[in-house]
Amino acid sequence: MTARIGVVTFPGSLDDRDTQRAIRVAGAEPVALWHKDKDLKQVDAVVLCGGFSYGDYLRAGAIARFSPVMEPLLEQAKAGLPVLGICNGFQILTEAHLLPGTMLRNDHLHFICRDQKLRVENAETSWTTDYAAGQEISIPLKNNDGQYVADAYTLDKLEAEGRVAFRYLVHGEAADGYGNPNGSQRDIAGVSNEAGNVVGLMPHPEHAVEPLIGTGRTDGLPFFTSILKKLVNA
Amino acid sequence: MARVVVDVMLKPEILDPQGQAVQRALPRLGFDGISDVRQGKRFELEVDGPVDEAALARIHDLAESFLANTVIEDFTVRVEEVAEAAK
Repeated sequence: MTARIGVVTFPGSLDDRDTQRAIRVAGAEPVALWHKDKDLKQVDAVVLCGGFSYGDYLRAGAIARFSPVMEPLLEQAKAGLPVLGICNGFQILTEAHLLPGTMLRNDHLHFICRDQKLRVENAETSWTTDYAAGQEISIPLKNNDGQYVADAYTLDKLEAEGRVAFRYLVHGEAADGYGNPNGSQRDIAGVSNEAGNVVGLMPHPEHAVEPLIGTGRTDGLPFFTSILKKLVNA
Repeated sequence: MARVVVDVMLKPEILDPQGQAVQRALPRLGFDGISDVRQGKRFELEVDGPVDEAALARIHDLAESFLANTVIEDFTVRVEEVAEAAK
């Protein structure tokens, strides 16, 4: 028996298939969840994938947040169910207040699509234990509304509690020279909740799990092997 | 029947790149003397039945939980008499 990891498809989700594939590559069993599902089919973890749920109408993630599937998800996430939000999934998690802050339009107003270097700041969340703290990785970034903002108090709290999970690599030799890709405060690319079971980030680990595609590296795979190990050892 | 208008604006301390882009385009179009533009959203809700205190309280909740994201946005709720608006 391996772990069963749900992937929710909302109207407008794009990356559900890639996410299911990444889960399979890591050795777990992907389970398709539909936005109208009223239960989570007893999965051991859930990924909210990227895309443009409900066309990003109102605000990115604002309408998907009220889908039927979100009700059991919110309840179980608060009780410890591991949840990963990627891109639009991250936006949905902030709209649902499972994660603090929110995303604004990129400061330069352009859609961005490129390989992005990140630093793993917290390797102790449910989704990052197969990384080392401080590890530098490169995975694709593709979005319109990626500028992470929160008030200063929240940002200080996140920093103090080690809940900034990923930062865009802006300075230093290893940086790619692009700088902060979207104006995110304190170069934040991803955050976690207090317990570390809920993680959200804008870049896309599921597009970097096989050497043949994406960045040509497998820098995104540890997200999925981390959670698999955690679930199997639990 | 009455119309309730909910205006949603980014909080003053939040950067508004879209408003800035609009503002920067103005001189090119020959509009001078406009130093700042902030872009927001306006929702017009057609309400069945009377717009009493209870109805307004519900709309306030709706605005707070859905129409606006209070992490970054402020909102106002006001009643607009439809008959008056038609004059």
